[in-house]
Amino acid sequence: MYRYDQFDQRVVDERVAQFRDQTRRYLAGELSDDDFRPLRLMNGLYIQKHAPMLRIAIPYGQLSTRQLRTLAHIARKYDRGYGHFTTRQNMQLNWPQLPQVPDILSELARVEMHAIQTSGNCVRNVTSDHFAGVAGDETVDPRPYAELIRQWSTFHPEFAYLPRKFKIAVTGATNDRAAILVHDIGLQLLVGERGEVGLRVAVGGGLGRTPIIGHVIREFVPRAEILNYLDAILRVYNRYGRRDNKFKARIKILVKERTPAVFAKDVEAEWEQIRGGPATVPGEEFERLAGFFVPPRYESLPKDDATYRSALQDNRPFANWAQRNLHPHKVPGYMIVTVSLKKTGVPPGDVTSDQMDAIAHLADRYSFGELRVSHEQNLVLTDVKQGDLLSLWQQLKALGLATPNIGLLTNIVCCPGGDFCSLANAKSIPIAEAIQRRFDDLDYLHDIGDLDLNISGCMNACGHHHVGHIGVLGVDKSGSEWYQVSIGGTQGDRAAIGKVIGPSFAASDMADVVTRLIETYVDIRHEDERFVDTVHRVGIDPFKERVYAAAD
Amino acid sequence: MQRLIKGQAIVDDAYVLVRAASSLADVPQGVPVIVPLGLWIANRDTLRARAAVGVWLAPAEDPFALAEDLASLPVIAVDFPAFTDGRGYSSARLLRERLGYKGELRAVGDVQRDQLYYLSQVGFDAYAIAEGRDIDAALSGLRDFSDGYQATNARTPWFRRRDAQGPSA
Repeated sequence: MYRYDQFDQRVVDERVAQFRDQTRRYLAGELSDDDFRPLRLMNGLYIQKHAPMLRIAIPYGQLSTRQLRTLAHIARKYDRGYGHFTTRQNMQLNWPQLPQVPDILSELARVEMHAIQTSGNCVRNVTSDHFAGVAGDETVDPRPYAELIRQWSTFHPEFAYLPRKFKIAVTGATNDRAAILVHDIGLQLLVGERGEVGLRVAVGGGLGRTPIIGHVIREFVPRAEILNYLDAILRVYNRYGRRDNKFKARIKILVKERTPAVFAKDVEAEWEQIRGGPATVPGEEFERLAGFFVPPRYESLPKDDATYRSALQDNRPFANWAQRNLHPHKVPGYMIVTVSLKKTGVPPGDVTSDQMDAIAHLADRYSFGELRVSHEQNLVLTDVKQGDLLSLWQQLKALGLATPNIGLLTNIVCCPGGDFCSLANAKSIPIAEAIQRRFDDLDYLHDIGDLDLNISGCMNACGHHHVGHIGVLGVDKSGSEWYQVSIGGTQGDRAAIGKVIGPSFAASDMADVVTRLIETYVDIRHEDERFVDTVHRVGIDPFKERVYAAAD
Repeated sequence: MQRLIKGQAIVDDAYVLVRAASSLADVPQGVPVIVPLGLWIANRDTLRARAAVGVWLAPAEDPFALAEDLASLPVIAVDFPAFTDGRGYSSARLLRERLGYKGELRAVGDVQRDQLYYLSQVGFDAYAIAEGRDIDAALSGLRDFSDGYQATNARTPWFRRRDAQGPSA
């Protein structure tokens, strides 16, 4: 993975010093709440219901075991012994004390981490495919490009005060696992006819109050030009994006108001002026960055490990886990392991300090000392030998981290919601738990098959409910908490926004509502048809009728 | 006299910033002034004959409106009605890098210490610190960072300098 040099380290160290001084001035009364707010937000610090919340960046999801141990230590020392992984490859701490935040940042800086631009109206932490570098469907490893963008976006002086937050995701695989079409900019790496690398650029995607799928404005930007092209997009947005209304300030509104074609022309005109300029990236820089992401020393192994094969036959619980939590690896004899942070009764994405230490130990032992954080709020060990899987599974199981539910209904993507977040209209964690408890029969869950269930506690959509096959949105109706349900959303390269099935429900009805949706699906599905495919085939009406008939 | 950060130092500033002026009658004579873009465009020839007249741009005003005037303008001010309104950063880069403006580029309005480093990187060289803020303390904001990654008005991107002068891993 990428390692800081002295330059990178100095940037982060200077940020710690700057934020320490800003915090001091705020606590001394030299900065007002209004002055301090944008400054602390640009450092991932919110003032929440109970305490400040600190959002730590895990750029493009790459994490070393040393860094994970530091997160465990920080959560233990400055918080309540746990952290929460978000849908944008960040970790949130829910209970730090403001005066201690500079010390936390200082501890993070020692392991090449930071909280830079994890919030605020600026370019946020860049995200990517959690299977980058190991997936069989990868055309170009996105990590060097994500690192280039991380550096470009870090304290970009022209774009520090944008109209609104700005999220960039990059993928280099055929199957989009980075949800690039619901980002302000989504970048797809491609190889051109002569072997040259370039990027397809989509803009204006996003969830939130106005969910929109991104529009491709250029099919192929040569990689050398990518920063010029990003500068051009951001400049057009910075100058013309709306600043009069917070709810219309995202780039998607500008793209929509101008039309994607006109917006694309504006970007092209700006790009024409800076094309070939100082921000053009030389080939050597790409090579230098790629040098940080060379494959680990894989052993030469047979495609199938005999002990693994026999364990699959003899051990049903292991086989269940293998079926859901393993993905094929591009190197023979290795598998990608997803560590589920979706155990029933534990808030989705939460992990304790002790678990973090234990996972770090397992990653050191079985996966070259590196991990990934997925946007579905799980951890990934990317390089595990088949022969080690049984032993790894046994240890994960003992830690409560082997729930065999990746891709299943109980792998719920969920924001912290009203239990923690001051923006939320409604709680989300108890809804997740009620649904998980209802679907506790593993055979039934596996029979239901692939299903993304996403819950957001408000229309800011941190739980990405719009792209859930089943999406749940917390809404406020005259002071009480209600839940709106949509179905048919999808993430990935065929991203689609779900359709709302009708009036919202009380919290106590939610497990029943999901049950009715699933029963409808089970009754009318065709063979090998996923829930979402059935919804797309028959529309929402059969689901709607069953759910509301039961309610009458 | 009001004070201004110019370059790296605090200096006295003689310019009068004329924020609202419907006609030339509202513009004081005999002192250096910075006038709104609209007034400048309407009275270019008259104002050009006076000594020391600069122009200020509101965030939405297009720097290209001054393209023909740049050589004769001693100062252009860019207004930040709130420090969170970042349009002026792009205006500055366009004035410097696209239009080649060489005179003083001054940030005015809600200009505070914690934005000075960014402002200095996009082409500003003068900062009228907002009223009620400590200008002496603000000066250190220019040194919050010693360098950065991007191509800016002040520097080429780090990846172009790394081999020539950089500390290596």
